[in-house]
Amino acid sequence: MSTAVDELTPQSYKTDEHPIWCPGCGDFGVLASLYNSLAGLKIQPKDLVVVSGIGCSGRTPGFIKSYGFHTLHGRVLPVALGVKLANPALHVIGVGGDGDGFAIGGGHIPHAARRNPDLAYLIMDNSTYGLTKGQYSPTSPPGFQAGSTPYGNIEQPLNPLAMLIAYGATFVAQGYSGKPRELADLITRAIEHQGFAFVNILSPCITFYNTYKVIPPRLAEVPKEHDVADQAKAFALALRTDHVTSACSTRCSVRRLNME
Amino acid sequence: MVDYVFRIGGEGGEGVISTGELLTLTLARCGFEIYTFRTYPAEIKGGHANYQVRASGQLLLSQGAAVDVLLAFNEEAYQKHIKDVRSGGVLLYDSDSFTAPSTDSLIRYAIPLTSLATEKVGVKLTKNIVALGVMSQLFDIPLATFEELLKERFGRKGEAVVQKNLAALQVGAEYAKQQRKQDSIRLGAGPRKAKELVLSGNESLALGAIAAGCRLYAGYPITPATDIMEFLARELPKIGGYVVQTEDEISAIGVVLGASFGGKKAMTATSGPGFSLMTEMMGLGVVAEIPAVVIDVQRVGPSTGMPTKTEQGDLYLAVYGGHGNCPRIVMALTSVEDCFYGIMRAFNLAEQFQLPVVVLSDQYLGHRKATVPVPDLSKVPVLERRRPTEQELASGYKRYRVTPEFISPMSVPGMDGGGYVAEGLEHDETGYPAASNHENHLRMTQKRYGKFHAVEAIANDLVRIYGEPHPEIGIIGWGSSEGVIREAVQMAQEKGYSVGALHPKILYPQPLARLKEFMQGTKAIIIPEVNFTGQFATLLRKRFAQDFIQLNKCIGLPFTPKEIFDKIEEVASHVHGGRRAHAAKL
Repeated sequence: MSTAVDELTPQSYKTDEHPIWCPGCGDFGVLASLYNSLAGLKIQPKDLVVVSGIGCSGRTPGFIKSYGFHTLHGRVLPVALGVKLANPALHVIGVGGDGDGFAIGGGHIPHAARRNPDLAYLIMDNSTYGLTKGQYSPTSPPGFQAGSTPYGNIEQPLNPLAMLIAYGATFVAQGYSGKPRELADLITRAIEHQGFAFVNILSPCITFYNTYKVIPPRLAEVPKEHDVADQAKAFALALRTDHVTSACSTRCSVRRLNME
Repeated sequence: MVDYVFRIGGEGGEGVISTGELLTLTLARCGFEIYTFRTYPAEIKGGHANYQVRASGQLLLSQGAAVDVLLAFNEEAYQKHIKDVRSGGVLLYDSDSFTAPSTDSLIRYAIPLTSLATEKVGVKLTKNIVALGVMSQLFDIPLATFEELLKERFGRKGEAVVQKNLAALQVGAEYAKQQRKQDSIRLGAGPRKAKELVLSGNESLALGAIAAGCRLYAGYPITPATDIMEFLARELPKIGGYVVQTEDEISAIGVVLGASFGGKKAMTATSGPGFSLMTEMMGLGVVAEIPAVVIDVQRVGPSTGMPTKTEQGDLYLAVYGGHGNCPRIVMALTSVEDCFYGIMRAFNLAEQFQLPVVVLSDQYLGHRKATVPVPDLSKVPVLERRRPTEQELASGYKRYRVTPEFISPMSVPGMDGGGYVAEGLEHDETGYPAASNHENHLRMTQKRYGKFHAVEAIANDLVRIYGEPHPEIGIIGWGSSEGVIREAVQMAQEKGYSVGALHPKILYPQPLARLKEFMQGTKAIIIPEVNFTGQFATLLRKRFAQDFIQLNKCIGLPFTPKEIFDKIEEVASHVHGGRRAHAAKL
């Protein structure tokens, strides 16, 4: 039986499975935001598919009343594309971490951006490999010291927003798990976006890389006058290092319009 | 009885393949049975290319042995292939390109193909069409049928192109009229009969997939599998299907698993290197119990290997590739006709047992063309996966419920009450991860392997036996060698040997009952394989305490019937009584 639309609340999407995450994990904030967003959009659990990769974030489908697919490390996007092609009426949401999405699965992102399927892709970016106990990830800062970098990380972190904007993704945004109301709004807009919508979510790992004190003072809103159709401006915004934009929503539709 | 082998050789990219295809289609349209064989260079332009067509008034099982007619466009083609021409066979060559030495054992036609094309037609590139005109006249192949095909093939390019080609055909025919016919090869109008198709193995397979209900294809270009994707890219959109050319093979099988989970029948096709990349996803398909069809058109490995040459070297990978206890079904396609029905069966098995089915073809089969009857769809009824009933959905639906037959009801997103997580982690009957529950892992592994009892029964039904069912010398072959083995068995039986061949279509799980029955009473079993170590023989040794005799060929080419026949003779000479009937005949 479908749930009557006006009865759908954030609670409707909760399963009996209790998240395995550490108390205080940023992913709780992401999950709560996702429940709120889904309830707001009145998406029927039967029409929702959550596809995940491997890592702490990979367990997300089990915590959402819907259909789910817990795939392989890095393979969220191909599987999500297949589900969407099989039944375009479904709402398909991909979730993964920064290691899953940007390291092992990084090769799929440019092609998802090119194909522009109607998917929302949420990255829970904690800049570390939490499930294997804290190694450096593609978004860890230089000097990051952990098990595999005992003398400090010598690699530069990649910039997820700049990367996605350069690839021509049609929706690029960033949120913070500590601001669940804003985040729910971003996720809602990502799901509503007709095309490939990418949301990088800063979601601290309380156990191996606690950034709860570092992130908030650096957060900044996207300027009100920001033109979401301007790819170059979005790119410039993504390159700024003096702050972390908390809601940099850039619908880079310019390129696509030019092509038509 | 007409039974001739034509071989055309020359520089790659200069029309060798199109000459071969035009000859093939003309002969097929005349009603002859066709069996082609291609080898071609890995380069796009340059390198040596050749195309072989065997045409006969009766069913053909192999590419044939000796060549009756060699058409050599250059000296390299002459040097490479002249040894394969039978004594008394015909050499037809471009005398503008080189001069072939005269010999008593050959009939030579020196034709100035290049200058005829340049001077009489005005287009040098038409020299291959001039050659077809010569062959039409010399061997009595209807010129009108060639003309018909040229109009169809070049019609799109405009009337001027069609006229040039028709002129080239005439120039060749006229020139040949002035030559004295020295050979006795004549094909004539042919036995025109019931409608048949000329298909390559890859085309037949792609058609079979459509017939099975496949509506989504994802793949990455790779020789020799690419033409499956190209065929489906033309055909699937016409019937509401999709083709995605993915960024790599991992993505291709990921899209396939996602689509099948989403309720669509889906497949991918690749060759060895791509199949190696897919092994991790194969495991996901097995543990999450998702129907999928994965085709491996084998080429020579390992690594990049010999991309345009054939081998049966991926059987271990198909059966064992990946980590963990990972049961999947492995099938092998045996002929161009079998490609159609084989793929239909593969989809049925995938749906019925909810797992990935690997289908092995190879370059030899995928790229050769043959005449096949118009497929009969009633031969293989299309099956669908088991869906949950209303009642199952209403009362605590369990996606991975352990049933007596080990097959669980599979819901599809959009079904109310059917929600579950398809899990790569070990899980319980609901799909809930159970990565620390030791007893559950055993129970679910038993569930996944439990399906094999029923698959094995089907495998036993999908065995073909040629020659004697209870022979002294038995042959067990697999895949594309079927026709060659069958022809070798016929040759051996004609010589009075007690010989028979068993050819399974499902290689894993194996048709143990039929294999056992076949082996009983044999004095020797020969297992011919186009690989170095004998991969199928090794699999069988795990199940049977038998001393199999291996016949391995590892030069990137398929067996010829003669090679298998020679092995039968050799083995017979060691086996007491092997020539039972032979002595009586003499």
